[in-house]
Amino acid sequence: MAVLTEEQNLLRDAAKSFATERAPTTALRALRDGEGWKTGYSPLLYKDMVEMGWAGVIIPEAYGGSEFGLFGLGLVLEELGRTLAASPLHSTALAAASALILAGDEGQKSKWLPKIASGEITATLAVDEAAHHDPAQVALKATAQGDGFVLHGKKRFIPDAASADLIVVLVRTAGRVGDETGLTLVLVEKGAAGLKPTPLHAIDTRGFADLEFDGVTVNGDAVLGVPGEAFAVLMQVLDRARVGLAAEMLGAASQAFDITLDYLKTRTQFGQLIGSFQALQHRAAKMFTALELTRSCVEAALTALDQGAADASQLATLAKAKANETAHLISSEMVQMHGGIGMTDAHDAGLYMKRARVTEALYGGTRYLRDRYARLGGY
Amino acid sequence: MADFGGDIDTFRTETRAWLEANCPASMRTPMTADETPWGGRRFQWKNPDAKLWLERMAERGWTAPTWPQAYGGGGLSAQQARVLEQELNRIKARPALFSFGVWMLGPVLLEYATEEQKREHLPKIVRGEIRWCQGYSEPGAGSDLAALQTRCEDQGDHYVINGQKVWTSYADQADWIFCLVRTDTTRKHEGISFILFDMTTAGVEARPIKLISGESPFCETFFTNVKVPKSQLVGKLNGGWEIAKRLLQFERQNISAGGFGGAAGLEVEEAALAHVGAMEGKIADPDLRARIAAHKMDAKAFALTVRRVEAEAKAGKGLGPAASIVKYAAATLNQDKQELMLEAMGLDGLGWAGDGFDPRAIRETRAWLRSKGNSIEGGTSEINLNVVAKRVLGLLDHQ
Ligand SMILES: Cc1cc2nc3c(=O)[nH]c(=O)nc-3n(C[C@H](O)[C@H](O)[C@H](O)COP(=O)(O)OP(=O)(O)OC[C@H]3O[C@@H](n4cnc5c(N)ncnc54)[C@H](O)[C@@H]3O)c2cc1C
Repeated sequence: MAVLTEEQNLLRDAAKSFATERAPTTALRALRDGEGWKTGYSPLLYKDMVEMGWAGVIIPEAYGGSEFGLFGLGLVLEELGRTLAASPLHSTALAAASALILAGDEGQKSKWLPKIASGEITATLAVDEAAHHDPAQVALKATAQGDGFVLHGKKRFIPDAASADLIVVLVRTAGRVGDETGLTLVLVEKGAAGLKPTPLHAIDTRGFADLEFDGVTVNGDAVLGVPGEAFAVLMQVLDRARVGLAAEMLGAASQAFDITLDYLKTRTQFGQLIGSFQALQHRAAKMFTALELTRSCVEAALTALDQGAADASQLATLAKAKANETAHLISSEMVQMHGGIGMTDAHDAGLYMKRARVTEALYGGTRYLRDRYARLGGY
Repeated sequence: MADFGGDIDTFRTETRAWLEANCPASMRTPMTADETPWGGRRFQWKNPDAKLWLERMAERGWTAPTWPQAYGGGGLSAQQARVLEQELNRIKARPALFSFGVWMLGPVLLEYATEEQKREHLPKIVRGEIRWCQGYSEPGAGSDLAALQTRCEDQGDHYVINGQKVWTSYADQADWIFCLVRTDTTRKHEGISFILFDMTTAGVEARPIKLISGESPFCETFFTNVKVPKSQLVGKLNGGWEIAKRLLQFERQNISAGGFGGAAGLEVEEAALAHVGAMEGKIADPDLRARIAAHKMDAKAFALTVRRVEAEAKAGKGLGPAASIVKYAAATLNQDKQELMLEAMGLDGLGWAGDGFDPRAIRETRAWLRSKGNSIEGGTSEINLNVVAKRVLGLLDHQ
């Protein structure tokens, strides 16, 4: 754990109590067992998160936020990740907010950021269209019309998209699929004519939706930045989204590890605690090693992004890649080390593993991130 | 030496200027394994600049920057030592001295030795005058180190040592040995003492052992009626186990901080681009490229962890749990690197000697073989994992 300032400590402690008291895994189960998967979170719970100030952590003070920095939001996401708290905080207050902060003009920022900080709206970022994350592959066609565009196409598996009031959409205004040029970010509001969201019932019952754009029109004032040149800023937005998600995954993996370690210290077989078997001890020690390495990466990446360091993109890519590997390892071992009980729906192991696989794929799976890291390294 | 007072910026400026003026140009180039500056009575300096660099650094005590000046050290605070390290890295300076004395023995002498012993040994370590070796392992005592049998008997005014050590790194080139001996055969851990003696004493014999890498960096070491003055016992009689363990902590910390070096600073991705080839600027083999990227990320994660451990220690939190995984992670990482290097070099990496192979490739191949020892030396990876499981995670011993 990095050395925290007093304010950061307070923020983390508040998030910890909130997560354990207000959003334990039983809350996620309640959501799942009802019709909750259609929105993917409890609006009341999100309202309380907003009250805590978390929707405005990275938003500049001028737009109603606290400008506390990404590191602060990372601490909150990590604690919420521990209990698998379901909320649109990441999609709204990190992914979409970063797009507005980094790519928006004054009018767009002053229109939308205060509403995000105050919880008046939720928002999300819609990039992917196929089974694997790869922004350059975006095909969603935007044809120029007046000072804006008309959109035709689809988006796939977008976090919290069915309920989002505002969607930052990556579209192709020029070039061919696979080109990094010709991409543009536009804002589409909920209920826009021609926009059809279909909620998805995913393994992790949080809110995901497919989106269909059938002649959705966007005006010039809803275009973020220069048309056709969104790729570079999108990479910065995705760096932030990835690190935030990595923080959440670090929290989930840490909790999955703690629960497993506890079981190793309580379950008896052959007249011994199973944690005395060396085969399990060594795997536990390796999981601990993976967690510590991942923590170093996540903390370094959050800090680098806050400071605008030159290697921020490398570190962000690294943090998500390590979080992917570690969440994958620990969530699988959690099932195995619990034996039969780990296979039951009543046990939380399954919840941690399902959440892990979903977060591993979002904003870049391990293969994509390795490729990106290699590119950034010039090989 | 100059008193820098409390101002760290002044210290940095003055250090930078001193290094610029005193670090010879040839000491700012990458160092190969055979250029390692070990020092000691028998050391042959191939490059006079290396000797000069050691002398200049030793004069300021900067080969042991945080040791007290009274024993020849630099007397620097942890913060100043960090600045010195940063400034050395900035100009890519080679280490002035490689020394088991600095890394392992000195720190325990500072904690356990008498004033007389400190004044006798520490300054010589700082100046690189005496090269030390480590007499711990024996044929029957490796991971279970406390099973050691080398006998040390009290003969009135001196001790007499009989027995055998093994895997003693550089015993044939070292001047002195710090050695674990049995002074009580009725108790295991409480029958061990920590003693120092000169390797030229009659009855000491070191026989080099050849490794799979073709080198002979370590020896079987035999002791036959070796007479050692009583004043050379460190700490209490039968109190050596505590010192032995403390020294192992320093050893592992040192391995951790530096990681394990490769052969000559060749990067895996460079090797892959050179031997596999490039397509559109990328390593042509996508599978190897992905695994290299994964490895490079592990390497970065490791470096960030070492830095975090230091930052936490400095903030007064002591050595946190992350510190315990560092030796294990360092060993795994270097072995992965050397395996990838070998794979990337393909047939070009399978040379042992001769003109048919690039000497740089041969060095990497030797380094690959040597790296297999990383998970054995200084405590095996299995033992490291046992320690993490028990001490850090609180898991119990099997009954
Ligand atoms: C390059 C190199 C340099 C060295 N330099 C020195 C030196 O300068 N001085 C010195 O004194 N020694 C030195 N050593 C020796 C080193 O410390 C020992 O080799 C090491 O402690 C292991 O002991 P061993 O070789 O007897 O193996 P063993 O202890 O016999 O181990 C054999 C295997 O059994 C495993 N094992 C043993 N116990 C357990 C357990 N409880 N749980 C699970 N697995 C277990 C080990 O991990 C290993 O895989 C060096 C070794 C190397 C490779």
